[in-house]
Amino acid sequence: MLKRPSITRGVPRAVNVYTPILVLGLLAFGFAAFSVILATFTGPKRYNRAKVDAYECGIEATPQPMGGGRFPVKYYLTAMMFIIFDIELVFLYPWAVAADQLEVFGLVAIVLFLVNLAVPYIYEWRRGGLEWD
Amino acid sequence: MSQFGLFGTDPWWLVIVKVLGIFVMLVLLTLFTIWWERRVVSRMQNRIGPNRVGPQGLLQSLMDGVKLALKEEILPKAAHRAVYWIAPVISATAAFLAFAVIPFGPTVSIFGVETPLQLTDFPVSVLYVLAIASIGVYGLVLAGWSSGSTYPLLGGLRSTAQVISYEIAMGLSFVAVFLYAGSMSTSQIVLAQEPIWFAVILLPSFLIYVTAMVGETNRAPFDLPEAEGELVGGFHTEYSSLKFALFFLAEYINMVTVSALATTLFLGGYLAPWPISLWESANTGWWPMVWWLLKVQIFIFVFIWLRGTLPRLRYDQFMKFGWKVLIPVALIWTIIVAAVRILRDQVALTNTELLIAGVVLILILLAGAWVLQGRAERREQQRDADRAARAERQLDLVPGAHPVPPMPSQTFEYTPRRSALLTTQATMKEAEDA
Repeated sequence: MLKRPSITRGVPRAVNVYTPILVLGLLAFGFAAFSVILATFTGPKRYNRAKVDAYECGIEATPQPMGGGRFPVKYYLTAMMFIIFDIELVFLYPWAVAADQLEVFGLVAIVLFLVNLAVPYIYEWRRGGLEWD
Repeated sequence: MSQFGLFGTDPWWLVIVKVLGIFVMLVLLTLFTIWWERRVVSRMQNRIGPNRVGPQGLLQSLMDGVKLALKEEILPKAAHRAVYWIAPVISATAAFLAFAVIPFGPTVSIFGVETPLQLTDFPVSVLYVLAIASIGVYGLVLAGWSSGSTYPLLGGLRSTAQVISYEIAMGLSFVAVFLYAGSMSTSQIVLAQEPIWFAVILLPSFLIYVTAMVGETNRAPFDLPEAEGELVGGFHTEYSSLKFALFFLAEYINMVTVSALATTLFLGGYLAPWPISLWESANTGWWPMVWWLLKVQIFIFVFIWLRGTLPRLRYDQFMKFGWKVLIPVALIWTIIVAAVRILRDQVALTNTELLIAGVVLILILLAGAWVLQGRAERREQQRDADRAARAERQLDLVPGAHPVPPMPSQTFEYTPRRSALLTTQATMKEAEDA
């Protein structure tokens, strides 16, 4: 870090590069929470049994909503593939930043790594794991 | 690390000024974008669009917000209360947070303090944007799940699957940028584009990113979570009043954020575009913020243009495109960029040698593809011929009787003896005819 420029005297400075994010987060959270709470006071309240039913295009709601039930297993597969590829990304980024220093060794290593991950990817592709119908 | 010297050294009041500035800018940009979208789409559809509230209808979105605040808040009976309340807050907070590391200008002087026009920056700031985008997904999935209703649950699941699928393609398109910039800090990446934009030298990465960013923000033609014909409104079907407004706000802020990220990583951020960059002071003072804003607005216009032009994709086509086209292309392109760059710099191959190697490689790949294509076509033809022959035979289930198609559950296989007999009969018949 460079020496801090001493343009302002005696004013406390941000502790590090992450504090501004905290300030922005607090402001955004405060605004969102305030809006959500505000709406309960500003809006009218007229109770009607039909209003609080789950929306199903005007017909009577099904007694057992899907929330307690099941949904397609495809979503789990997608989520697992996402995790694999996300980890791949996490390994690719540091290599990309330092690729020029790692030279040919880094390139060979990362290609081997990608080939390793390509095997399950191709397997899932061939077994129809990426198909949606 | 000289560039990081000024980050994290702002006095407290300046941090608050910047935070308020970003907050107000994002809210105003959202209001403006909603109005702009409605006006442009109207023009594309031979309508006029909102033009009553304020000059040219500019205050329309603000009034819509006020109207939403005055609407009744409905809490569905089956909803999980706490999660139902917190989901829009997560969405909106994450949307605002992602903007913290977007640079919109070089170092300027605010009330006598030298400071960069960017809230903060650190060596992994692009990773931070991806992380925050992932947190935003919680807002969607929790909103869909907690509503206790079928359509929101399906919409929420769809958005989640969509956002995480396209996030991979998006993340892969960044790798080439990091290779060239040698850094993951947004301000460094902008400065690395001083001679030439990454959109020019890394065009495939740029195209992948632009496609992925439309999928990532759930916008048309990839707005499947809100497919009205199938899912009503998607994950926010059960939301009303300001909670609904927060989801809307988050969607539009996300649009601005991905546009700003595209500008930062590929279009030279706040740097002046070519004809203007000839002007000496184009990259000094507050001018860069104007170029930045213009570039972001171009992306926003593209978003609106797509919405006005393209029909919505089918879900299976969409997922197929993401997993089977974007991701493999992005991976292969990344490897090509890295290999070319490292072979040129380290093994000291000249550009001509690389070009020749590339041409040879492409020829080999094309030849391989041609051979494989031919094999696949032959196999396809063979299969079609087999199927036709089988259908022909099945018409003749009982030889000599009236030909009928088989019943749905009726499978029919000739015994070897019967097939031999049939073949002999056919040959004899042919011989007779001849």
